[in-house]
Amino acid sequence: MKQTFAIAIGGAAGQGVATPGDIFAKIFSRRGLSLNAYNAYQSIIRGGHTLLTIRTGPEPVTNMGDRIDLLIPLNQDTMDRHLKLLGSGASCIYNAETIKPGVAADGVQLCPLPVSELADITRNKVAQNTLAIGAGLHMMGIGFPALEEVLREQFKKKGETVVAENVGVARAGYDYAAAHFKAFPNPLPKTEKRYAVLSGNIAMAMGGAAAGVKFYCAYPMSPSTGVLHWMAAHARKAGIMVRQVEDEIGVINMAIGAAHAGVRSMCATSGGGFALMSEGLGMSAMIETPVVVIDCQRAGPSTGVPTKTEQGDLWQMLGAAFGDYPRVIAAPLDIADCFKLIPEMFNLVDRFQCPGLVLCDLLLSEGRLGVDPKDLDFSPVIDRGELITGVNGNGAGSAVIATNGGYKRYQITESGISPRAVPGVPGHIHTVATDEHMEDGVLISDEFTNPIKRRAMMEKRMRKVAGIEAAVRPPKLRGPRDAEITLIGWGSTKGVIEEACEILNEEGISANQLQIRWLVPLHGEAILELLSNARHTIIVENNYSGQFARYLRSETSFAPDGHIRKYDGEPFMPHHIVEAVKEQLGGKTKLSVPVHEIMV
Amino acid sequence: MATSVQRTSQLTMADLKGRVDPDWCPGCGDFGVLAAIQKALVELRIPNHNVVAISGIGCSSNLPGFINTYGMHTLHGRALAVATGLKLANHDLTVLVTGGDGDGFGIGGNHFLHTMRRNVDLLYIVMDNQIYGLTTGQTSPTSRIGMKTKSMPFGNIEAPVNPILLALAAGATFVARGFSGDQKHLTDLIKQGIEHKGFSFLDVFSPCVTYNHDNTYQWYRPRLKKLEDDPAYDATDWPAAMEKSLLWGEEIPIGRFFERTDVPALHAAEPVLNEGPLVDCDPRVPPDEARSFIEELM
Repeated sequence: MKQTFAIAIGGAAGQGVATPGDIFAKIFSRRGLSLNAYNAYQSIIRGGHTLLTIRTGPEPVTNMGDRIDLLIPLNQDTMDRHLKLLGSGASCIYNAETIKPGVAADGVQLCPLPVSELADITRNKVAQNTLAIGAGLHMMGIGFPALEEVLREQFKKKGETVVAENVGVARAGYDYAAAHFKAFPNPLPKTEKRYAVLSGNIAMAMGGAAAGVKFYCAYPMSPSTGVLHWMAAHARKAGIMVRQVEDEIGVINMAIGAAHAGVRSMCATSGGGFALMSEGLGMSAMIETPVVVIDCQRAGPSTGVPTKTEQGDLWQMLGAAFGDYPRVIAAPLDIADCFKLIPEMFNLVDRFQCPGLVLCDLLLSEGRLGVDPKDLDFSPVIDRGELITGVNGNGAGSAVIATNGGYKRYQITESGISPRAVPGVPGHIHTVATDEHMEDGVLISDEFTNPIKRRAMMEKRMRKVAGIEAAVRPPKLRGPRDAEITLIGWGSTKGVIEEACEILNEEGISANQLQIRWLVPLHGEAILELLSNARHTIIVENNYSGQFARYLRSETSFAPDGHIRKYDGEPFMPHHIVEAVKEQLGGKTKLSVPVHEIMV
Repeated sequence: MATSVQRTSQLTMADLKGRVDPDWCPGCGDFGVLAAIQKALVELRIPNHNVVAISGIGCSSNLPGFINTYGMHTLHGRALAVATGLKLANHDLTVLVTGGDGDGFGIGGNHFLHTMRRNVDLLYIVMDNQIYGLTTGQTSPTSRIGMKTKSMPFGNIEAPVNPILLALAAGATFVARGFSGDQKHLTDLIKQGIEHKGFSFLDVFSPCVTYNHDNTYQWYRPRLKKLEDDPAYDATDWPAAMEKSLLWGEEIPIGRFFERTDVPALHAAEPVLNEGPLVDCDPRVPPDEARSFIEELM
């Protein structure tokens, strides 16, 4: 088992859960530790219950893990909900004056802080939080200067008095812990690695900037709004036009308009907004103007649970808009991949002139991960495909050819790809239409309906499907080839399945993993080949009906031996998968639905 | 609407003839609108490869296919949203949005409202025939009360939209009304709308000879009074424009109701576009900025 350490900080929204989280995250990442943060919260601005889990360690930490080592409840509610989760060796730091601990398991250290003795609580309303950070840090075996440095940065804008006061309070907590609490047996290590800590939303926004996105628009919708916030804050430095639009119908149409003018154009939303964009995707495919749409899935249907995660939009993606048309759909595997995927997606949709859909989810969008800065590559390959722009256009720099009349926007080609001229280029005037059209763009939907031409245009567009499949690599099996168990997942479950496999292997049950990133093209044949020798296959997904299992079956006729599904709004924890695998190997069931033990 | 508009020395009506002839019913008001747009472009000498005609869906929305400029025939009601994106990505283009009353005031009502308040630099021409034509004659948002159609066979009981009043209230910086039966006047309004730097709204009475037997050429002619014929009318006076917009019945004003030039167009208000159109910009983020984006996360 890898060495990790997890802190959970809980309280009501507005009580300041985020700040200690940010401070710990900075301290850990600057020590060269990997970290994963997940915030379980509610759709409320003040009140309710929020639980932020930060798990860190010297090796890559990919998920929230199974255990909490340090609980910091900022109110009674948090103590009541979560003290029982702590096992032997864990500690709980709390304000002794406002919170009663309740009964803890054997071996749990209760660490009450006499807050008003240690700090002036009339001056500093979040003194209990700062004291707890100081105390916790001492118990993790980290020197005080690391905290002082972060506090200085945090409060710099408020002036030296505020900095000094907070450093003083933190120090009091640190010293109090030294005198009164038992430190954790293994101090948190230090490594030479460096990490950038970011959310999936920030990663996708930055990935867009790196891909050369020049136009981004959105309507605010949780959990996708973080993409808009990063884009808006960095628009001027990155040279990106960012607009907030009246609704998602406007968003997709505005994004396509900008793309049609010749720039890379992107938008993000969640399931409800995506539903409104559906007709626009059909337009992107029909006029062959590429656009990238991000869907940050949340628990549905309808308004659903806006602050909770799910992988429930797959079939909406597969079926978005009427008619048959080429599309690309990919689900990023982790937060670093949220960055990397965007330039790849743009290269594909530019080459194949069709919509590209990124199927993210709340877990990645709003979770945070320590990422190697080298993985945030701002010089990725940019392939604009067969684009004809003006002299200064940011495309392939194709020469302007004066062939007015001869240019056919929808020229029938073997690849299905027709060279795309953007408005403003002399000699290439044409009209694009959402109606079916001929090679020159003239409609065949009204006066000139013609089954031969309709068939030819359908086949031209759909020929791109084969090209897209050839341009994307098939998935790979990770782990021992002859494993007893093959766990199949897609997108954001990569990290947790990986860790479940490690645990199973350590416990003597050999397990391997097939994680799907490209949903369309799926590479069904390659998947069948990979699974042909699998001994016991289980599909793991964060939804009720097994959306991926049904899709895989529809494309390949493959049916797994079992399923592990979760649709309570919370992500999988490694033990959920491990226990379900054992349950299924024991022949008890073919469908496991793990119970989420943390009440959030 | 005009930024750094290029002019060409030679542009003729023949240059602007589309690849196919219009398929509108004989006598349709839209023929007059198409001709007036072509005349206006010839007179303004804007190179046709720098013009984009964008429409939604409907009889009048077929217009981009009938004119030799770049064109986009988009989705029902969405032309203004598409046009906004296109204009922001390349503000050197001259953008004309054309469509009908159902497309613009019905299904596209939300985009109409927001495009006006954003003052996007384009000319929006609505061929207003007070009926749905392509779907064979149903009530539209501008159909008068009492009008009998296939969807309201006993007469419309819903009050119509007043497009001029709506545009004035929503902050359109150029608001005008034309009549398809008066080519010279309409051409002049289109030229003004193209030249205006900001959102130009032009509602055009464009009779539907097949499905609207109430609002015919004959019905309009005696009623229409040009605002330009009244020397006392001041098109910079917004309250006066609001008042004029309410006139309907025996006297219906056409012409330029309102224009203000003190509001920057959306693209001119956005510093990101100071360096020129986005489409001409280097797609790469400058390396020092890219570094700073990563450093703020460490």
